[in-house]
Amino acid sequence: MTDVPETCPVSDWATDYDIFDPDYVHDPAPIWDELRMRCPIAHTTRWGGSWLPTRYDDLQAMVRMVPALSSRSTAVVPPPPALREQLVAEAKKYGAETPPISADPPEHKPFRRMILPFFSPRAVEAQIPYTRALCHSLIDGFIAKGEADAAVDYAQQITPRVIAYVLGIDPGRADEFVEWVRGLLELGQTQPAMRIKYRGVIRDFFKDMVAERRANPGDDPISTLIEAEVEGKKLDDYKIVGVCFLLLVAGIDTTWSSISSSLLHFATHPEDQARLRAEPELLPTAVEEMLRFYAPVTMARKVTEPVEISGVALQPGDKVLMNFPAANRDPAVFDRPDKVVLDRQRNRHIAFGLGIHRCAGSNLARMEMQVALHTWFDRIGTFELTHPDSITWAGGQVRGPRSVPVRFGAAVC
Amino acid sequence: MKRGPRAVRIKVNPDLCEGHNRCFALAPDLFEVDDYGLSRARHDGAIPPEREEQARLAIDNCPEFAISVIEGD
Repeated sequence: MTDVPETCPVSDWATDYDIFDPDYVHDPAPIWDELRMRCPIAHTTRWGGSWLPTRYDDLQAMVRMVPALSSRSTAVVPPPPALREQLVAEAKKYGAETPPISADPPEHKPFRRMILPFFSPRAVEAQIPYTRALCHSLIDGFIAKGEADAAVDYAQQITPRVIAYVLGIDPGRADEFVEWVRGLLELGQTQPAMRIKYRGVIRDFFKDMVAERRANPGDDPISTLIEAEVEGKKLDDYKIVGVCFLLLVAGIDTTWSSISSSLLHFATHPEDQARLRAEPELLPTAVEEMLRFYAPVTMARKVTEPVEISGVALQPGDKVLMNFPAANRDPAVFDRPDKVVLDRQRNRHIAFGLGIHRCAGSNLARMEMQVALHTWFDRIGTFELTHPDSITWAGGQVRGPRSVPVRFGAAVC
Repeated sequence: MKRGPRAVRIKVNPDLCEGHNRCFALAPDLFEVDDYGLSRARHDGAIPPEREEQARLAIDNCPEFAISVIEGD
């Protein structure tokens, strides 16, 4: 991680954890294992201060503590003071900024019901042909070279185009969407100016899109949101822009991280690569196992009333990092949690979160992973890392490898 | 009188289901989902004996613990 300012080394992970510590970003699982044994809900004052649960059962309980654990503030790193003041003022005037993800009941539900049909199994099935053609065209672009960056040239190219296609915005602007989302979510975590800038860029983009769709309505989610009503009233543009903002941002570096992690895994585990090639029918369980093992997303909650969980007293104003990735490695729930088992039959992982804020795009993400991996294995022969030491990871809100350079032979049919 | 294996009946708790759609992906002939992703057991939850293992897989993969056996266990 080159974008994170140097901080002092962690003295004790139970009381002073650092989610941007290079060891943690690279492989947090051993740290979670240690915490689960001796301090299952850790605390830190770094990055605005937060609690870090590591046990599956605690996560299962915490998602149901609504609204004591509020979604009004889901960013792992709190916004810089200037933005925070603005957000508080806006929340007073408009309510949640990006519903449903940042809304609590009762505001949450109507927005949730507005967006879920865009991502139902039936709706997602209709996106398969576009996604498959896209994966093929990306591979066409690099297959002759015998090498590619599986993250930059493939995974990162897929998800912004697919979500743009779903939203009815221009997939040709995918590189910009990636820049915006990285600025907001990845680099913006430790560089406040970038976070403020790209929040503005994305909101302005959708303000223009909403105006355009008002003038020329179509059969697309933005037009649907313009016509949507909550309690008999149309949404104001602030809300429509907020929902669109969420749909774009949530659909990009999340799934791109999952696809990149999966390809990194197969590049570095030839036995799993050979097995999936020999037994392609394992793809559905393999995708679930990748989601469990490399779960990319951590969301935050803000404590709004005193609650106790597993002996820890949470106080109003505290932040909790919903550490779904750690829950997925809990040996109390998963047999051999630190082993990737491609045919794991019983896999109650919670990579997409739980409860009323379960990732609304989970069907789309699963489809993208399945199509991306299927097409890659179909076209690309045995692959391996070209520079095993050059893998860079993003961490914090979304964890995943940002560069996965591989070389490969032609697929043997 | 000779009795065959007792039929299993299952139920999706609508208060717990959050639309992960794992059951539908694993056993689309045993579950149906609506546009919001919410699941319901088909055929009133009746599971033929030869499909019981698939129903158990759906139960064991639900992150919300929303599916349960209501009869025959």
